[in-house]
This record gives sequence, structure tokens and C-alpha cells, in this order.
Amino acid sequence: METFINQLFAGASLASILLMVALGLAIIYGAMGVINLAHGEFVMLGAYVTWALQTFLGIGLLPALPIVFLAIAAVGWGVERAVVSRLYRRPLDTILATWGIGIVLQQLVRIGIGPESRFIAGPGILSGNTGFGGVVLSNYRIFVLVFAIAIFAATWALMAKTEFGRKLRAVIQNREISECYGIRAEKVYAMTFAYGAGLAGLAGALISPLVNTTPSMGTYLVVDAFLVVVVGGVGSIFGTAVASGIVGETTAFFSMLLNDTVGRIAVLVAIILFIRFRPSGLFPQIVRR
Amino acid sequence: MKRRSFLTRLGAAGTMGAMGGLAAPAIFRGAGQAWAQGAEIPIGLLFSLTGEVAVVERTLHDAALLAIEEINAEGGINGRPLKVHIEDPASDPATYADRARRLFIRDNCVSVFGSYTSASRQAVLPVVEQRKGLYWYPTLYEGRECSRNIMYGGAVPNQQQQDFVPWLVENFGGRFYLLGNNYVYPKEENNVCKMLLDQLGGEAVHEEYVPLGHSDFSSVINRIRSTGPSLIFSTLVGDSDVAFARQFHAAGFDSAKMPVASLTRSEVEVAAIGGEAAAGHLSSAPYYMGYSSPENERFVEAYKSRYGGDQVTHFVSEAAYFQVYQFKAAIEKLDPAEITPEAIRDAAVGVTLKAPQGEILVDPNLHTHLWPKIARWKSDGQAEILVQSAERIAPEPYWAYAGETCTGEGLVRS
Repeated sequence: METFINQLFAGASLASILLMVALGLAIIYGAMGVINLAHGEFVMLGAYVTWALQTFLGIGLLPALPIVFLAIAAVGWGVERAVVSRLYRRPLDTILATWGIGIVLQQLVRIGIGPESRFIAGPGILSGNTGFGGVVLSNYRIFVLVFAIAIFAATWALMAKTEFGRKLRAVIQNREISECYGIRAEKVYAMTFAYGAGLAGLAGALISPLVNTTPSMGTYLVVDAFLVVVVGGVGSIFGTAVASGIVGETTAFFSMLLNDTVGRIAVLVAIILFIRFRPSGLFPQIVRR
Repeated sequence: MKRRSFLTRLGAAGTMGAMGGLAAPAIFRGAGQAWAQGAEIPIGLLFSLTGEVAVVERTLHDAALLAIEEINAEGGINGRPLKVHIEDPASDPATYADRARRLFIRDNCVSVFGSYTSASRQAVLPVVEQRKGLYWYPTLYEGRECSRNIMYGGAVPNQQQQDFVPWLVENFGGRFYLLGNNYVYPKEENNVCKMLLDQLGGEAVHEEYVPLGHSDFSSVINRIRSTGPSLIFSTLVGDSDVAFARQFHAAGFDSAKMPVASLTRSEVEVAAIGGEAAAGHLSSAPYYMGYSSPENERFVEAYKSRYGGDQVTHFVSEAAYFQVYQFKAAIEKLDPAEITPEAIRDAAVGVTLKAPQGEILVDPNLHTHLWPKIARWKSDGQAEILVQSAERIAPEPYWAYAGETCTGEGLVRS
């Protein structure tokens, strides 16, 4: 029973990391139809900004979070203005372009900062574990879980309750008509892309005390994030949240029953079967094209 | 039938004629003369400077280049400087093979130093055997290979484990949790470990392989909690090792009671893990940056002054460094007129050398006799050596495979 609860928490923790990475991806795809293959590199940049703030300015991980968000959002904004905005009429080309941007960012970090892995200390107040009986939960992982849920709620509120969200939804529905009403679609797109990138940066900062910070760290993460987005239904942020929960818990469940290697294969097979029978994911977006 | 054999002969004669008349003097004799008489000795460096493996291979490249520069600063070998050709195989095995071909054919290198992963070495293997070249491979690896064209500078399983595993059983108990990445190296090491555990009366309570690059160890940690082993015997590499070490520490395990005993963790990984999380865990390797010997002090100081004070040396970069000196020692034994890759190989056998880790020796099977050391990591990121092996340990790449031995004549099956 204790093992089961521990494993349940492991799945939830995995899900929270997946949610953080996948949320930005889902927003960018949902709003703009851009499959952002540089998303993993935004995550990586987030981790590196955290590292730089900690190493050179002595700013701890928690106070660094807002700075990281703004910094990576700025990078995202730049990428959108410079490259992606020129390709809205050619959505397939954005895949190639963002993939290329990803390679460039990765190699720039490798050349500029160096290929070796970097150490980022976790926040001291969140070290240690909370335990009762045989159940042991890492404080930092609890924090990441809560933080991911909070970010999700904030994103939902941004989409549903604010003027920006209303404009964005209008542009998603019909770009031309929205523009007729005075909404500057390109500005909305740039802001959305920046927001998605900022979320990726936050994800990078949050996972940096748990994993190895290297220029190629984003590559693995982005694959899992894509799986989550596909299962959730591309563009649906609720779908993304539910799907990251499902993928996280399923992975943890198979890992407990079998092992991580077979568990991963089992999850991938399950996703392929799922997509076969529900090609638009859990919550398909209903948009008039 | 007759017609076919006639054609074959015609073809052969034609080829020989063409080569005899035109190509042979240009290529073959030219090459020999280049090696014998040229002012410079051409060698190649084949370490990835871009892509995923660059994290480690960059340091190997730096260490080998340092040795080359030192040799050239002292006037080269027998008065002939080393001419170094640098290729970047970009972490892709197929590119390794392609660039190795380029180094051996176009640049006419007598030796190439390269590779970190077994995958890249095995990609180069057919090229180097076909071109009769010589490839110097500095990494510890899983054994079970016995090429006559590769000089193996790193440890094979028996060198890392034959002292380590009994010591672990004696000090921590015999219930091992075997954890590695899912590829050939961890599996071969674990085969050797299980063989030793059988002899010592220990057991592998769980054996588990995670995908390369795997970075979420919550499930593994829960399983460790429920099996309660004496120690974790780890062959995780790179990203996975760092992620596991940090999460293992965060889970609140005490390294004094249940340490991680690693065959792959070096100063590079420890720097990324952080001293606090790495402290108290154990490693077995022939070299540590903190090992005190005059040769090592000189090596570390030269490395730091060349590449920066925050750089670390480790057990693979040490081998990348000393292999260049083994190459030098071999060339010095040769008459300049007879320098060929095969002559260098034969001359290298039996070469002894004061390396940073101690005095090492090249075995006839082209692997290296090394000085494995058991060490405990400290919170400053350096290792404290607990046990120095009593004698230099001979390499036995087929240790776990009865009836197969790697000798000076290649693989012998009895």
C-alpha cells in the first residue's frame, strides 16, 4: 500500500513536470498552429538562465523564477518576430524553421557557455522529505506539483478571463474577421509565443535541480511533451493537463509493474493505440476553419 | 567457366598493370616515404566537439591536444613534430567512420586518437582494420573485443571490479541493487558483477536498466526503498547518473549506510551532481584528479593553465593524455624508415610509462595494465582514495567468458 502511494506520487510528480513543459507547447500550437520544435531548447535556456543567475549573481532558484520567465519570454518574442512571423502562411515550414532554431540555440550554448554539464542548487527551504509511515514525499517535488497546478490555473484564467485571452480566442476563431474588429493579430501571436516560451523557461528552471543541465537536455523533454499534447488534443490546455496526468501515472504504474525501459515502451504502445481510435486526442478543439 | 576465369585474370592483370604503371608509386611508396622522411608525423584527433557526446569528448580532445602540444614544444619525436589533423564527428557513429576514413586516406595519419562511446569505436573498427591503421581508444569499456588495430587505454571490467566488488561485500554487505542504462556496457559489467557475487555468496536483489538519457528516477527510488539493498551498484552514464544521484540524495538516503558504488562516475559527473549530493558515494577507477603523484600534479597543473582553472581532469581524459605519450614512446623505439601503423603497434607492446595514475604497461593484447583505486567522493567534488590496488592489474577483456582469451595473436578460443 505504501509502495502504491509512493508510486502514485511519483506519477503525479512526473505529470507536473510534463504539464509544465507541455503547456507552452499546447498554447503555441493551439493559438498559432505552429509546431514549435525549439521548445525543448527554451526549456534548456531556462535552466541555463537559472544557472547564470545563481552562479554569477547569487540569486536562488525561487527568486530567479520570474526573471527566468521574462528572459525566455523575450527570447521567444525575438524568435517569433524574426522567423516564425514570416511563416504563418506556410505552417509546414515552421516545423523545419523551429527545428533549425533549436539546433542553433543548442550549439550557441555549447560554444558560448561550454558543453560541460552545470550544477544548479535546489532551494534550501524545500530540501528534505515529508513522510508518514512508509510514505515518503520529496518536498521539492511537492512544490513543483503545486506550482504546476498554479501555473495551469493562471494560464486558464489568462485565456478565459482577460482581454488578452478574449482577443487570442477571437484570432484563433478567425484571424481576418478579428483584424476587421481592430485586433492586431500579429501582436497577439507574438505575445502568445512569448508566453509559451516563458512557460518553457519556467519548466527548465524548475527541473534543473532534479536533472543534468546540459545543452542537449531539452531534446528528451520535448518528445514527452509532444506525446502529452497529442494525447490531450492539440491546442486544448485542459486536454494537456488531463493527458499529462494520465501519461505520468501510466508511466509510473508500468514502471512499478515492470521496469522503466519496458514501462516506457508500454506507454508508447498505449499512446499509439489511443491515437488510432481517437486521432484528435481527448479534447479535440472545435474551430471553424 | 573458362571464359569467366579468363575475365577474372584479365581484370586482375589489368588492375595490377594499372597500379604498377601509374597508381602504385604515387600512393603506396609515396605514403611510406611520407611517414619515413617527412618533416612531420601526421596524426588525427577524432573527438566530437558538437552534439551530445561533446560534453565528455571535448575534455578528451583537450587532454590529447595538451600532450601533443607538450611533445611539440620539446621538439617533437626524434626531432620531428607531430602534425595534428582535427575532425569533428558530431556525436554520430556513421560520421565517425567517414571522418576516420578521411584521416587515414586523405591525411595519411599513422595513428588516430578518438572516441568515447563503444558505438563510435565500433563504427570506426571496420575502417581502421581495412586501412591497417591504428586507433587509440582512451575509454573504459565492456571488454569482449580484441582488435589488432585498436589500442585500448581504459579499464575493462576485471580491472575495475576484481578488487572493488569483494571490498564492497566486506564493508557493506552482499545485497546489490544493479542499476544501469540500457545498452551493452552496463549489461556486460553487471554480468561480471553477478559472477563475482556468486563466488562471494552475495546476490543481486534487483537488476534494472533504464533508457539512455532517462532522468526521472522516482520509480527506481521507490523500488530501492522497498527492496532495501546493501548498496546500489551503478553503471548509469552521463545525464542519467547525474539525475539519479541528485534524486537519490533528495530522497534522504544516507550514503554511509547505503552508498552508490559506481563504475562510471568521474569528476565531470560529480561537478554536475554537486558536492553535497555526491559526498560519501564510492567509485572504482584507475585515476582521480586528486590522486597525488608528481606526474599527476604536473598533468593537472598543465591542464588547468591551458584550459582554465575551473576545468577538471578525469579517468578518461587521463588516458587520452597518456596514450599520446605511449605513441611517442613507441615511435622512439622505431627506425624512422620503418614507421607504419603496424610497426607502431608492435613497438608499443611492452612500453612502460609513468602516467598520472602510476606506471602503466601495454599488454600484448593491446589493452593497458592499470592501477585501479577505490575512492569515496568528498563534498568539494574531489575523491578521497580509500584503497590503492596492491599491484598493477592486467587487462582481461574476456574475463567473464570461459574459453576465450584476448592475446597478442588476437582472440583465442580454447
